[in-house]
Amino acid sequence: MAVLLIAEISDGELSMDATAKAVTAAKALGDVTVLAAGSSAAAAGEAASKIDGVSKVLVAEDPMLGHRLAEATAALIVSLAGDYDHIVAPATTDAKNVMPRVAALLDVMVISDVSGVVDADTFERPIYAGNAVQTVKSNDAKKVITFRTSTFDAAGEGGSASVETISAAENPGLSTWVEDKVAESDRPELTSAGVVVSGGRGVGSEEDFALIEKLADKLGAAVGASRAAVDSGYAPNDWQVGQTGKVVAPDLYVAVGISGAIQHLAGMKDSKIIVAINKDEESPIFQVADYGLVADLFDAVPELIEKL
Amino acid sequence: MKVLVPVKRVIDYNVKVRVKADGSGVDLANVKMSMNPFDEIAVEQAIRLKEAGQAEEIVAVSIGVKQAQETLRTALAMGADRAILVVASDDVHKDIEPLAVAKILKAIVDEEQPGLVLCGKQAIDNDMNATGQMLSALMGWSQATFASDIAIEGDKAKVTREVDGGLQTIEVTMPTVVTVDLRLNEPRYASLPNIMKAKKKPLDEKTAEDYGVDVSNRLEIVKTVEPAERAAGIKVGSVDELVAKLKEAGAV
Repeated sequence: MAVLLIAEISDGELSMDATAKAVTAAKALGDVTVLAAGSSAAAAGEAASKIDGVSKVLVAEDPMLGHRLAEATAALIVSLAGDYDHIVAPATTDAKNVMPRVAALLDVMVISDVSGVVDADTFERPIYAGNAVQTVKSNDAKKVITFRTSTFDAAGEGGSASVETISAAENPGLSTWVEDKVAESDRPELTSAGVVVSGGRGVGSEEDFALIEKLADKLGAAVGASRAAVDSGYAPNDWQVGQTGKVVAPDLYVAVGISGAIQHLAGMKDSKIIVAINKDEESPIFQVADYGLVADLFDAVPELIEKL
Repeated sequence: MKVLVPVKRVIDYNVKVRVKADGSGVDLANVKMSMNPFDEIAVEQAIRLKEAGQAEEIVAVSIGVKQAQETLRTALAMGADRAILVVASDDVHKDIEPLAVAKILKAIVDEEQPGLVLCGKQAIDNDMNATGQMLSALMGWSQATFASDIAIEGDKAKVTREVDGGLQTIEVTMPTVVTVDLRLNEPRYASLPNIMKAKKKPLDEKTAEDYGVDVSNRLEIVKTVEPAERAAGIKVGSVDELVAKLKEAGAV
């Protein structure tokens, strides 16, 4: 079986972590060819050729493939699809943008966010924001898949795949790039942060949310919020962690003044270590916390900042 | 310009998901159902475009079981002008896959000729994140996913997208499919008078067969199970103990 894996590339550079993790998942399906596509992709293709388990790299460089615009990127992938049984990518926002488009053009279903490979046709994926895990068997001739990278280990380096240059497909000319704005905050980005500190309705006001931010800065963490805190106007919507917000799985998640509504738990329960600080000892958040502290957050958080 | 907004009836985001013991799926019988939260944002955005004079008519569409007409009434109460219900299943446990949904939507788009389709970026049940992209592909249109800002200027739309690590702004040719993310807006609640008025707004009922679309699944569901449970943690008595435990675990 042959697998085409779309490398994750931004600004000409290979995202080694996401790509190597997807290679681990893809190796189980067959012989892996990596596609490095972008306005500049040769260096990324070269880097991908060294990932253990990659047998071939295709490099497609064209200005229209810059910024991974969905229409041109999908057209290129579809033009190559005939040679492959599986077309896969790490489940980044780029891939989530492009792969369903590829699948529809091939008249197959996309299988998103796959967390486990059972066999070449059968896959596990989380549904209901991770509250259930579904095993699905694809009846389509070709499988178009994105892999949830947090569940696979990165493949090592040491490979020496051949690198071949190919040309882009025709430009559908439907969209143009305007600009990129990298998050301006000094804090890490919420979905990829190693530590997240979140505040809930217990924080009580927008002003007091500064205390959550202070603890986050002490820990070098991203700031999150429960939906209750967002709905109460204490925190902006893009900080929301939960089923209707962002799903995070950091090494350390600190929940402050969060009761632990179902929809919030769905967004953070895969974190490695969960700390909960809440004055109500009956709060459901304590059922998922590794370390629970029953205390008034206005006493405990300043003390924690001081002692860390 | 006409705006088409597909909306999905899903389990309410506040309801605890229960996986059936026989592994056949999630229990949806006698469970509170609501409009998919991302679709509410899409409906709200369509209404704002109409209020700004950039859209003339808003058509809400739902594909699924007959009860999805409640979801459509919610969209109408928020401010959509009319609705189309496509009954594609009589079993609440059968999820119509994004590819089939996109095919039905294509047929409706061909009929209705909207200048813009606004979708939620994903449904909180199957978490596929695919319908908008698939519809765009089938139409041969442009797409702008995960939108946090939309500005329509003539036959172009400038859309800011939430991507890993920041924001990307692109310009797409209309007609287009835009899928919306959380930051775009905060949806309004329907007022009681508007809920009453919505009962009189037109709601057409169709079936998947009317559009000649086969809704059988491409992905056969083998089983659905609960995720692995977290091991129970401990309560600590003081901040000092918490700091000590975190250091012990190598977390700080």
